[in-house]
Amino acid sequence: MTEYVGKPMPRYQGLGEVTGTATYVDDVQYPGMLYVKVLRSPVARGTVKGLDFSDTLKVPGVVGVLTADDIPGVNIYGVYGDQLVLNPQDLRYKGEPIAAVVGRDEDAAQAGVEAVKLDVEELTPVFDMFEAMKPDAPIVRPGTTSNLFEYDEQGTTTRIIKLGDVEAGLKEADHIVEGRYIEAIQDHAAMEPQVSVALIDDAGRLTIHTHSQCLNYHLAQLCPVFGLSQSKINYLGGRVGGGYGGKNEINCDHIAGLAALKFCAPVKYRLTRQEDLAYTGKRGAWVFDYKTGVMNDGRIVASHIKEYHDSGAYCGFSPYGTEKCGMFASGPYNIPNILIEANTIFTNRYPSISMRGYSVLNGQVAADVQMSRIAEKLGMDPWELRFINAWRDGDMGASRYVVDGVGALEAMKRAAGMAGIELPDKLLQMSSRSR
Amino acid sequence: MKSILSFSLNGAPVEVLVKTTDTLLDVLRESLGYTGAKRGCDAGDCGACTVIVDGLAIRACLAIALTMSGKEVVTIEGLGKQGDLHPLQKAFHQHGAHQCGFCTSGMIVSAKTLLDKIPNPSQDEIVEYMSGNICRCGTYVEVAEAIQAVSGGKE
Repeated sequence: MTEYVGKPMPRYQGLGEVTGTATYVDDVQYPGMLYVKVLRSPVARGTVKGLDFSDTLKVPGVVGVLTADDIPGVNIYGVYGDQLVLNPQDLRYKGEPIAAVVGRDEDAAQAGVEAVKLDVEELTPVFDMFEAMKPDAPIVRPGTTSNLFEYDEQGTTTRIIKLGDVEAGLKEADHIVEGRYIEAIQDHAAMEPQVSVALIDDAGRLTIHTHSQCLNYHLAQLCPVFGLSQSKINYLGGRVGGGYGGKNEINCDHIAGLAALKFCAPVKYRLTRQEDLAYTGKRGAWVFDYKTGVMNDGRIVASHIKEYHDSGAYCGFSPYGTEKCGMFASGPYNIPNILIEANTIFTNRYPSISMRGYSVLNGQVAADVQMSRIAEKLGMDPWELRFINAWRDGDMGASRYVVDGVGALEAMKRAAGMAGIELPDKLLQMSSRSR
Repeated sequence: MKSILSFSLNGAPVEVLVKTTDTLLDVLRESLGYTGAKRGCDAGDCGACTVIVDGLAIRACLAIALTMSGKEVVTIEGLGKQGDLHPLQKAFHQHGAHQCGFCTSGMIVSAKTLLDKIPNPSQDEIVEYMSGNICRCGTYVEVAEAIQAVSGGKE
C-alpha cells in the first residue's frame, strides 16, 4: 500500500485519453441512428394553450414526435420526484422541455421543432427570491400557495440550527458586525456537452450510453419513467467528459430512452454548447445575512445567520443543499451561540443542482468574507482574528458535532508560508491541539 | 447535394461524400469514425477539436470540409497509438496532464505543432501557445510540465 500512497500514478484508462481512443458518449454511433431535438418553453412562466405537430410531421427527415402521452411509465423524475420529463401544461421556466422531435439527422429534427405550432399564454414570472417570498408573488408551483419549500408535513419552511443562546450572546458582545453576501449562479461548463445514446439491444433491454455521475441514483429515477425494471435497462457509464456535479442531473437519458422505445431505433440526443449553457442545471444563487457578536479581544461570541437559497422552478438538489449549507455557514470557528435560519425558495429560473463542494463552500465563502469584515471593524489583523477563533480539537460545531483531528491553524500557517506572509510568533505558537 | 472530398488522413488517402455545410469535424467524427477530435463548443472557442492541416493546428469545427481537398490532415489518432506512443502522449500520461480527458487530444495536437515550431519553448511561450485549448478540470500546470519534459527531444 505504502508504495502507492502519496505518489503520482498514471491515470486509470488514461492511455485511451492520450491516444484519442477513449469512447465518450458522443463518440458512440449506430447504423440507422435517429436524432432528437426538444421543443422548449419560450417563456419563464406560462400555460400551453395549443400544441400542433401537423407541419412538423411534413418536414422531410422527421420520423415522429414524442410527447408526454408517449411515456410508458410516469412523467416524473428528479431527486425530489417533482420534475416533468415533458411538460404539456404549466410551464415554470424558460427552456423547460415540452415535447421532442425525432429525425434522421439533427437538422431535420430541429426543422421539425421550429415547425411546431405552439400557443402559450405568458404569465408574469418571478426571478428574485425576496420578491418570491412576498404574499402576492406569482406562484411558481401550480396548486400550492407559497414559493417556500416545505420541509415536513406541518409546513415548516425555515430550517433552524441552534447552539446556545444567540440573543444573549449578541447582548454580551462588545461589537455587532452585519453583512449581506450574495452569490450568483454558476454553470459547470464541462468540456463534454450533455448527450445520451439509447437503443434496444440484442437481449431486448433498453441500453443507454450515459455520462451520468451517479448511475444507480439515475437508474432509480429512470425505471419508473420507462415503466421498466432495472434488469431491463443496461445503463452503461464510466466515461465522463467533465461533470463537476452537472451530470448528477438527468438531461438527455430520459428523452433518448423514450425515443428509442417509441421508434425502436438507436437514438442520440445531444445538446449544443449553447443549449447546454442555457438549459442545464446550475449552482443556484445564495444570499446570506450575517449578524455577528464579537468581543474587543477578537473572540466571536454569537452568530446569527439567515440563509436564502434559490431553488429555481423545481427542487433540483436545493432543499438538501440548503440544509447542508446551513450546517457549515458559521465557518470553521468556535462560536458558543449560533442561530442559523435557512430557506429554500422557488423562482422561475432553471432548477438548481449540485456543483463542486456543493453548498458547503457557499456558506463558508460568506462566513470568511464576514470574518474579514469583522477584522476590519476591530482594526485587527484578519489572520489573528481567524487564529483566535479557529476550531481546536474538542470544539463544537453549529449542529453540535464535536470536532476532532482539526487542522485549520496548521493549514493557515502553511498557506501564509506559501503566500510569503510572515506571521507573528504568537500566532505561529498556536496549535489545533489546544486553545 | 453531396460531393466527393479527397484528402490525406494520418498519411493515408481517403475519399468521402460530404455536404457543402459539413465541417471537417463532422466528416472526421460522423462520416469517418475518427472521434479523437472532440466536439466541445462547435464554435471555435475551446480547442477540443484541434487537428493539424498541412502542418498548422486548426479548429476542425470551423473548417469547411470541402476546403480540405488535397490537404494533409493529422489527428490525435495519427500521432501514436497504444504500444507506440508519441513522446507527448507518453509525457501527458506520465505527468497526469489529463483528468476527464475530453480536452486532451486537442491539447496534445496543439502541443505537437508548438514543438514543431519551437523545439525548446519557454514557460511563457508554452502558456501563450496553449491558451487556445481550454481545460475545465484545470490541468494547465501539468500540461506545461508534460510539454517541458518533451521539449528539446529530452524524452
